[in-house]
Order: sequence, then C-alpha cells, then structure tokens
Amino acid sequence: MQNPYLPYPVRIDEIITETEDRNLKTFKFVFLNDGDEEKFSYQAGQFAELSIAGKGEIPIGIASSPTEKGFVMFTVNKVGLVSTFLHNMKMGDIMGIRGPLGNYYPWDALEGKNVVIIGGGFAFTTLRSSIVYMLDPANRSKFGDIHVIYGARSPGMLLYRNELAEWEARDDINVHITVDATDDPDWKYNVGFVPTITEQKAPPADENTYAIICGPPVMIKFTQPVLDKQGYKHDHIIMSLENRMKCGIGMCGHCNVGKEFVCKDGPVFTLAQLSHIPKEY
Amino acid sequence: MKVIKIDKAKWNDGLEALNGSYSLFGPVKQNECYEFKKLDKDEQLDLSGLNTRMSAKGLIYPHTEAMFTYTLDEGEENHHIMQPADKDYSPRAVIGIRPCDADAFLLVQRNFDTPDYKDPYWIQAYEATTFVGLACNNPCRSCFCTSAGSGPFHEAGLDVLVVDAGDYFLAKAITEKGEALLKVTGWDNELDSDTAEKEIAALKNDAEAKISSTILTDNLKEMPITAVYDAPFWEDVAFACINCGTCTYVCPTCWCFDIQDEVHGTSGTRMRNWDSCMFPLFTLHGSGHNPRGEKVQRVRQRFMHKLKYYVDKYGDGIQCVGCGRCVRACPVNIDIRKVCDLMNNYDEATCAAQ
Ligand SMILES: Cc1cc2nc3c(=O)[nH]c(=O)nc-3n(C[C@H](O)[C@H](O)[C@H](O)COP(=O)(O)OP(=O)(O)OC[C@H]3O[C@@H](n4cnc5c(N)ncnc54)[C@H](O)[C@@H]3O)c2cc1C
Ligand code: SF4
Ligand code: SF4
Repeated sequence: MQNPYLPYPVRIDEIITETEDRNLKTFKFVFLNDGDEEKFSYQAGQFAELSIAGKGEIPIGIASSPTEKGFVMFTVNKVGLVSTFLHNMKMGDIMGIRGPLGNYYPWDALEGKNVVIIGGGFAFTTLRSSIVYMLDPANRSKFGDIHVIYGARSPGMLLYRNELAEWEARDDINVHITVDATDDPDWKYNVGFVPTITEQKAPPADENTYAIICGPPVMIKFTQPVLDKQGYKHDHIIMSLENRMKCGIGMCGHCNVGKEFVCKDGPVFTLAQLSHIPKEY
Repeated sequence: MKVIKIDKAKWNDGLEALNGSYSLFGPVKQNECYEFKKLDKDEQLDLSGLNTRMSAKGLIYPHTEAMFTYTLDEGEENHHIMQPADKDYSPRAVIGIRPCDADAFLLVQRNFDTPDYKDPYWIQAYEATTFVGLACNNPCRSCFCTSAGSGPFHEAGLDVLVVDAGDYFLAKAITEKGEALLKVTGWDNELDSDTAEKEIAALKNDAEAKISSTILTDNLKEMPITAVYDAPFWEDVAFACINCGTCTYVCPTCWCFDIQDEVHGTSGTRMRNWDSCMFPLFTLHGSGHNPRGEKVQRVRQRFMHKLKYYVDKYGDGIQCVGCGRCVRACPVNIDIRKVCDLMNNYDEATCAAQ
C-alpha cells in the first residue's frame, strides 16, 4: 500500500532571500531519487507539505510552474517553528516534500478566457506558478488577455522582482505593479492599495473573463466589492484558502470549512462556492 | 450464517485455542472502569461490564503511534530521510466489543479508506483484526444506538456476534473472517440456523425494547448548512463547556489527529496523536489568526461535523452510533441528544419570524 505520508527526499539546491525584511526566502529543491520528479507531477495552484526531520511539516504553495523542469520551488514566510528552522537551513541540506496536494486553478475552464490575476503580499507564490505556466510558449495561445495586479507594502517587499520587471516589458501580458507607499524617486510603477489599482486597471467583467485573487484577508475584503462593482460574477472569481492542516489529504480533520476540506476539496474555491460555506478560514 | 452454541464452561477453552493464531484483546476491569487491553497469556477478559469507558477505537487507531523514524546524524546513511516505523499487523481478535463500537469503525473507515488516499496504518490494523462482538442484553440508560443507525444486536462491522442466552452463548458467524476464527476455537455445537436465528431475534427484541432514549435526525439532511450554522442556540449549547476535549477523546467516531516530530539525541520519530476540535490550537494559524478561536465556534464544529457535515458528505446518517459515552463523560452535562433535537427541530423561517 502506498503511504501518502511518506515524503520524497530532496536536497536544497538554492536559497534566495526575496524581501528587504529577510522574512521571505525562496527555496529550490531537487529530488534525490530518480523518478520522483515525474511522480511529483503538479498543476499551478497546488501545494505540498515541506517536511523537515525533527521539526515537522508545513503546507506551502508550489511557486514553480509545471513547465519548469529539474527543480521545484517554494517561497516561505518566516512564521513559527518549522518555517523559522527552514530559514536557517543551508544549501545541500536534506529534507522532504510530500505532494502535490489539493486542487488547482481550473485550467480547463480557463482555456480561451481572459485571466486577471490579483495578488497581495507574499500570497503571490501559486500566482507566479500560474503566470509562468500561461506565458510558456506552448500555452500562451490557449489564453486570452492576461492581466496581473500585484501589490506589496514597499518595493523591497515585492516577490520575484526580476521576473516582474521582465513581464512588465512584455506585450503579451499587462502587469500592474503597485506598492502601498515608497520614497524611492526612481519607482516607475503604481502607488496605491491593490483594491484601488484593481478599480483603475482591471478589465471590465464579461462571460470570458475570470479573476484569480490571493492575498491577505484585508486585501480580499476590500477588493471583492471592487470586482462586484465591475460586474464580476461570483463563479468567475477564484480564490485560494489557507487553514491550519497536518495531513494534507483530508484525514486529520484540522482544515475543514463546513463539509469541505481546504487541503483536499480546495485550496481553490470560487467565491460562489464559498457563499454556501461557513466562513471558518 | 451458521450459529454455534457454546457451553459457558467451554468459553475459555475456545479463547485459549485462539492464542496461537491471534493476539487477543478484550475488556478487563481496571480500577472502577472497564477498558480494552491486550490480554496476557493467562489473563481473562471480563464481560460483566456494560461498556468500556474508552471506546474501542484505540485498538485500531492508537492514541499515539509512530509513523516514521529517522536519524539526524549526518555521518549516517539516509540521514534526515523518513523510514517506515516498525509495525505489527499480525492477526488479532477483539473479543467482547459492543456492536456500537464495531459499527463505529465503519463510519471512521470512510475517512481513512478513500478513493483518493489510503491511510496505511488504519487500514492495515483494521484488516488484521477480527471482531467478536457481544450483544447488549441490558443497554445503558444513556444509550440511543437504535435511533443512531446502530443497535444492541447490530451486526454491521462485526465478524462474529456472541449473544448471552443465560446458561450458554450463541455465536453467529457474520463474515468469512468470523467463520475462520470460530473454526480455530474448537466450539463445534452447530445449531439449526432457523431455530437459532429465532432465539437471537427474540433476545434482540427484548434488548431493543429496553432502549428508552432516542433522537430524531430526519430533518438534518434537508436544512442548508449555513442556516443551522447561524442558528441562535449555539451560545446556549456552548455556555457551560470547558473545552476539556473529553467528549472527542471517548468517542468511537472521532478521528482527528495531529502529527508531531519527537527527537531524542539524533534519533527521531514522526508520530501521530489523537487531536480534538475542542482545543483552540487545533485551528490556530502561524500568523495568530484563528478561524475557531471562540469556544462557541468549537462546540458548534463538533456537533455540526457529527450531525450535519458528515450527513451531507456521505449521505448515510450521522457520525454517531449512540454509545452515550460523551453524554456520560461530559463534566458539565452537555448532551448530544438535546443538541440533535435542537438542530433537527430548527426551522429557520419560524425562528426568523419570532
Ligand atoms: C494551502 C496552503 C498554502 C500555503 N502557502 C504558503 C506559501 O506559499 N508560503 C508561505 O510562507 N506560507 C504558506 N502557507 C502558510 C504556512 O503553511 C504556515 O505559515 C506555516 O504552516 C506555519 O508553520 P510554522 O511551523 O512556521 O508555524 P507554527 O505557528 O509553529 O505552526 C505549527 C504548525 O501548525 C500548522 N500551521 C500553522 N499555521 C498554518 C497555516 N496558516 N496554514 C496551514 N498550517 C498551519 C503547521 O503544521 C505548522 O507546522 C500556506 C498554507 C496553506 C494551507
Ligand atoms: S466533554 Fe463536555 S465540557 Fe468537555 S469539551 Fe466536551 S462538551 Fe465541552
Ligand atoms: S458522539 Fe457521543 S454518543 Fe455518539 S458515538 Fe460519539 S461518544 Fe458515542
């Protein structure tokens, strides 16, 4: 019987400090055993349990894209026991990855559609995966217009800054980067909160346009009315939830919202689905 | 299926005969209470108690169990890589489990044995076990099994049903696993099955008639989750609860667990331990946010899970077999039967109009 709790052994191959407060680091892992990378075949929007012997496991969204081969990548905020320990690990250290877990953004339904990605703070990880996936030459033609609205407190708090700049320069994606405030005279992008920028830049709603939105609760709270005002239907607004969890496979009972489990039935839900579910997230 | 008559004098001989082929588990009296335990070679089980204080769930799903072991010593091969923990899934027999507890495993199975994922620990332990149940001739006053989808002679989940018929036992094989076990015992006085079934049915009727406590669950399925979730009675229900977790701990159908790493020196074990939705830590995010930070939210979760979410998810009744343990053990007398009534009778429209 296959043991769904057994992580694939991996080696830390690269560590990138993403933000000026040094609280967010990106880890690239390579699988130790032949064949494990193929078994860990994932879609943008899924997550995995990062497993550290002696400390425990944490669920983290997969930040690399299925189109990127040879490694998997995660961006981790330093919060408590496991994430703090991970921040102090070094290249070459051995740990584990269990997954891929959960559902993913509805890539089949999104084919042929315009996609508006709205992200805030460090909840940009699976959104990066999605953007890289859609921009892949083999996939770009499957989607209509792609808009990205991404904000952070300050320029130094944005994730994946080099890639943002690259995307900004392309003409097959509309990127609107914003910060809450900055005193950097060379800042050439937007200043303002994500809901405000969404109001200004998001395309009008229609049957063929879907919004994917991930961010801290306050950002979601104030962005949703903006999307409502622009006419986005609730089954066209896609969100990713987060709840404390242990098993990641719908058994340990921690992450339920009503009868759904964030780990297995989610983490991706439409706003329409969430309206029938107790707000325990 | 075949029914065997067992002279009470021959009962222990049969159990002894099982010893070589199975490890035996059964209720014994410890201090004032009956508890399940693995029987030592000459230890005898005690069937005189009504039901055990703790349910039988720990026999399949231990309170704490090792999943993996590992070494943190970088000089050793495979350091920091999880290795399967040693397990013993050789045949075991549980003797004297009550029908409700055996039935509870079938409800819990839905959680651990799913089309998508299989929990190897629960499944292997369950498959290794033969359940020899003892019918309840005199159910406790707080039992409400008959209206919770189970019953004092309920056969689902059992491999053998043993009925105490006064001077002798009647043992009815329910599954092939049960039949195989009976063969090993050497009890061989097979009865004409029609007559035997009639005798069992009469005792069953007597036992069921003694159950005075019932619940109604007929409306639970139809009501919208958010309506009963927002019902006004939850504050009252939760008022006295001290969030001790006893109700979930004693319950045969509560299955939630935590995973923790334990390290001594450089050797470590990844463990899983029972957990409880009654504890604030159960849902606490690393950020400090807690979706069920208030007591009332946790109490509601326990009842909503058993009496609504489970009902909706599996479409086959409630996540409770009516063993009555949580009712008997709660230090502040919170009673699932009363909460079930409140929920089942809840009518959003009338309540809103008031
Ligand atoms: C689907 C999903 C995707 C996520 N993606 C990311 C991501 O890309 N980057 C990132 O930095 N964080 C992400 N998180 C949050 C991350 O899991 C928590 O910050 C992390 O578990 C905190 O663990 P800790 O040991 O450092 O903190 P502690 O407070 O010490 O937590 C102890 C344990 O509780 C559990 N736990 C605590 N908080 C959470 C939480 N918010 N969600 C789930 N389990 C929790 C974990 O098992 C953790 O080990 C995600 C969470 C979920 C559910
Ligand atoms: S046993 Fe009673 S007091 Fe303790 S958590 Fe359960 S309902 Fe609350
Ligand atoms: S909820 Fe209470 S009565 Fe029902 S099975 Fe659990 S302990 Fe027994």
